Amino acid sequence: MSSSKRSTIIVEHLRKQQMREAISRSKRLDGRDLDEMRTLEIELGIIGKADGSSRVRLGNSEVVAGVKVETGTPFEGLENKGALILSAEVLPIASPYVEPGPPDEETIELARVVDRGVRESEMVDLDKLALIPGKVVYTIFVDCSIINYDGNLFDASSYAVVSALMSSKLPVFEVQDGEAVVNTGKKMDPPLTTIPVSITAVKIGDSVILDPTAEEEACMDARITITTNSEGKFAALQKGSTGSFTIDQIKKAAEIARIKGEEVRTKIKELTSNGH
Amino acid sequence: MVQTRSLIDEHGRRTDGRTMDELRNVKIQVGIVKNADGSAYIEFGKNRIIAAVYGPREVHPKHMAQPDRCVLRCRYHMSPFSTDTRKNPAPSRREVEISKVMREALEPALMLEDYPRAAIDVFVEVLQADGGSRCAGITAASVALADAGINMRDIVPACAAGKVDGKIVLDINDVEDKEGSADMPLAYMPHLERVTLLQLDGILNQEEFNECLDKALQGCKMIYEIQRRALIQKYFGDEQELKEES
Repeated sequence: MSSSKRSTIIVEHLRKQQMREAISRSKRLDGRDLDEMRTLEIELGIIGKADGSSRVRLGNSEVVAGVKVETGTPFEGLENKGALILSAEVLPIASPYVEPGPPDEETIELARVVDRGVRESEMVDLDKLALIPGKVVYTIFVDCSIINYDGNLFDASSYAVVSALMSSKLPVFEVQDGEAVVNTGKKMDPPLTTIPVSITAVKIGDSVILDPTAEEEACMDARITITTNSEGKFAALQKGSTGSFTIDQIKKAAEIARIKGEEVRTKIKELTSNGH
Repeated sequence: MVQTRSLIDEHGRRTDGRTMDELRNVKIQVGIVKNADGSAYIEFGKNRIIAAVYGPREVHPKHMAQPDRCVLRCRYHMSPFSTDTRKNPAPSRREVEISKVMREALEPALMLEDYPRAAIDVFVEVLQADGGSRCAGITAASVALADAGINMRDIVPACAAGKVDGKIVLDINDVEDKEGSADMPLAYMPHLERVTLLQLDGILNQEEFNECLDKALQGCKMIYEIQRRALIQKYFGDEQELKEES
């Protein structure tokens, strides 16, 4: 059951007031402009045992994503497609406010929103990943572990998943005699079609800011995460938190997501091409 | 998503005979769960959904109580027989997420500060699902909240629009959801003019995005009228409705 709760990060009353006041003057407490993202760092191939991996730092938020590829049965209704399974876990090391245990609704939402961006943009061409249609297909797991929480886990996790997939090498499975599936020991590039980029904006007072820190998230009224593909089209969107937006604010946020998304996409391409 | 057949015919009719801007049949009945403080039953196309509200009441466990406002709790649940293949009755990740976005869609409309240290529980049970069940659920839940006499700033109708066969259409049904190319559910407070729920699955360009948003908004306004009439019907009867229309 979903229940309203107090904010997890305690931002003292004065600090909150200070933040709202600064934002109303188009300044943020960490000195950024309202539409300025924090520095994005991506390291690839940090987990040798994974088929693809990345460590993403967005300011002080840090996420590690790993790709593991196996064979399995296809999903019902999608018999001729490979399976893509995405998860996210906010580890207890990530913040003093996180406790171990089964994922809560916020973590489930996080994984589902990141999944939606990758799935709906059709980043991975799953049609190319069936082995024996209806019986055996490639199953790609992408798991995200949140190492440090300082806000905007939606974008940090999304960039981690995307860059881990971009840098991954899939094992080549072959079908022998129409029924046995064997691992050939060879590797191949994953069939990727586009680079989905999510941009998260939050509303504090009447201002909309990008890439919120944990402190800013604790003060937000409402959140919106918008994912665009390489063509600048919208692929997924999720409004969150208990506030509301006007239609104009949403249309404006969508436009910003498209423009900023392209900037981040260029950056991800640049950071993932080094040494690959 | 694979397009296996044409979902809009040459006359601009959809699989269920509707035009591009037509809602499915929507019927709302207020106060159908006797024990609840407020309730509503909605038929939205083939969706059959009951929403029941209990509260404001004491919070259990007690540590969940908040000194300055009421706790809102929401549960969206699908009955095992509501779908084509039986649904496991345990809450799925999808249901957990919908419970959350549903709570966030309703909360802005409620004056929770009027009921400190209490809880309001909203239960949405999907008896039969037909695409757009979260929108129908929110629509029914906000009527049930009004029926329970909870102080509210506005009512929250919800409706989806989407892209099917390259066209933007109102109120996506089950087939269109599965075979169409985009689905955008929206919840909107018509008097405060605020969006309280918005999601999108599928590809839209900027122009289509704006068109979709505007279309879903029109749908919400139509559903609001149906919500209003259902509430008038319960509290003032047919007489009032006739008077109003003449």
